[in-house]
Amino acid sequence: MDIIVCIKQVPDTTEVRINPETNTLIREGVPSIVNPFDENAVEAALQLKEKHGGKVTVITMGPPQAAEALKTTIAMGADEVVLVSDRAFAGSDTWATSYTLSQTIKKLGHYDLILCGKQAIDGDTAQVGPGIAEWLNIPQVTFVSKVEINGATAKVERMLEEVNEIVACPLPAVLTVVKQMNEPRLPSLKGMMRAKKAEVKMMNAAQIEGDPKNLGLNGSPTSVVRIFTPKAKGNGEILTGEPAEIVDKLLGKLKERKTI
Amino acid sequence: MSIKILLDKCTGCTLCVKACPFAAIKMIDRPADAPGKSKKVAVIDLDTCTLCGACVESCKFGAIELKKELGGTDHDLSHFKGVWVFAEQREGKIQSVAYELLTEGKKLAGDLKTEVCAVLCGDAAIEEEVEHLFAYGADKVYLITHPELKHYHTAPYTSAVAEAITKYKPEIMLLGATTMGRDLAARLAIRVGAGLTADCTGLDIDPVKKILLQTRPAFGGNIMATIQTVRHRPQMSTVRPKVFKKVKIQNPKVKSNDNVIKFTPVISAEDLVVKLLEIIADESVKVNLSEAEIIVSGGRGLQEAKNFKLVEELAAVLGGAVGASRATVDAGWISAHHQVGQTGKTVSPKLYIACGIAGKIQHLAGMQSSDTIVAINKDPDAPIFKVATYGIVGDLFEFVPLLTRKIKELRG
Repeated sequence: MDIIVCIKQVPDTTEVRINPETNTLIREGVPSIVNPFDENAVEAALQLKEKHGGKVTVITMGPPQAAEALKTTIAMGADEVVLVSDRAFAGSDTWATSYTLSQTIKKLGHYDLILCGKQAIDGDTAQVGPGIAEWLNIPQVTFVSKVEINGATAKVERMLEEVNEIVACPLPAVLTVVKQMNEPRLPSLKGMMRAKKAEVKMMNAAQIEGDPKNLGLNGSPTSVVRIFTPKAKGNGEILTGEPAEIVDKLLGKLKERKTI
Repeated sequence: MSIKILLDKCTGCTLCVKACPFAAIKMIDRPADAPGKSKKVAVIDLDTCTLCGACVESCKFGAIELKKELGGTDHDLSHFKGVWVFAEQREGKIQSVAYELLTEGKKLAGDLKTEVCAVLCGDAAIEEEVEHLFAYGADKVYLITHPELKHYHTAPYTSAVAEAITKYKPEIMLLGATTMGRDLAARLAIRVGAGLTADCTGLDIDPVKKILLQTRPAFGGNIMATIQTVRHRPQMSTVRPKVFKKVKIQNPKVKSNDNVIKFTPVISAEDLVVKLLEIIADESVKVNLSEAEIIVSGGRGLQEAKNFKLVEELAAVLGGAVGASRATVDAGWISAHHQVGQTGKTVSPKLYIACGIAGKIQHLAGMQSSDTIVAINKDPDAPIFKVATYGIVGDLFEFVPLLTRKIKELRG
């Protein structure tokens, strides 16, 4: 089966710190990584390939340096990687991003399944996977924690708030996966050697035949008004005294705040 | 489409450098061919710039120009009226987030001098729930019924709600940032050509432009971004549950043929290809985390699975839900439905009690918008104390049972 995985290169948001003087993000030294949920998607694709045969193609939209993220997936075992990159894509929100990725997928030819992480850890929108499904007019199943392929149907488990749901979904479809799906493998030494030599296929706006009015800033209904650092909650109060005294103080404060 | 700094207007103040979330702006010496007052001017590295526009808003001198070819809905936007709330229902019961959004939607509708309407999808039996929507302030209810809408599925719901949006043209549409709301909104926005902002924690109306300002956390909660949709309608947001409080109104509308607009959507065979096979209940979930007013969470400090009992007991006396850190879920102490944080659920309860949770940034991202946070941890340097309203530096095995007992006494 032919599987396409959409990934995003993201700053490791766990490494992001705020400069207390300027109140801005400190970005120096923050490593770029493959979005963690997308690694789960790559792992899921590799496992399906091991079981059913076929090909795993990983694609990303991003600046030239996103090629590094693609190479990481080759080291994990992906067969081919495609970087869709063009200045015309700058300023893309999820509307334009899902359009661009769907156009790319159309150009790549046959596919049985598209996998994405449930969301990216920098934007946290969870909107691009379903967006791709809509542009391609195929079904979507989000928040997937298990998948089993039987012929042209996927049996999929979804993780919801309180329950899990099992659905049957005809292929091709877009699945977005959660962390609980699997434990992504580490790149093998052989894989890393392969990644070094591997070719990253490049595609630009002309090659994906994207309609300029749907790309980048022009194709993005939303725009940023302002970015700011949240007010630090700060000045938390550490309660002191004997244990019973501390608990009484706490309950007093919670009652005062009408919290309990 | 391009961005540039108008050097004659740039004063070298560096506000834009600070505003840029991508470190794409730096200061250089003023070029000789561009005279001006300051010695330094800002310059944008176009390879790093994502055209997000944050600098344009930050510049007090109108010195940054972002040109955008006007795309989008070309018709007159004034046809789009009203604030809509998607009334999420599960098992035939409207979820609390719908009432929270009606309360907030009413405020927004007031600012826009328009009405707030609920959109309720389900089978015929769902009509019984309509009066609750009026109780929380709905001026109108769009009641979309079809046997295939009894249980949520992406495709039939998308078709049904898209049909209503196309027909009745709301200017704003709010959905809960739940698994259902996020699944539906993402697909719906593409279908109807709307701008969509995910997981908002703040909503306001721009007093001049009369458009929706949507504020949300990004970069794991490290920064907040305010997002707008200028030329597309509706302006769609998914909104984090529990951020807004639900309030019943006085003198709610009485259900009538005028304020309940019923319709049956067109649902095609193509919309029904995904079939529900089974629902697997998780017996350990007593109270839904996303809907809970109070959450008591346990972390690695609990040391082993059986000690989750302490957290469960405290949650039970408070009528709250049980949460967990990722470490405890990974260790198999508790099921993943309880996980709070970036790889689990994002919650915003009235009270969050963290027991033995160190507070890695991934965990904080999932709970720091809670109203009141209580942290109990042995390590005084644990990061959880940075977001805690009240901190107890001590042994959770002493404090959690004590707290449970005292609350029990209090409540008789």
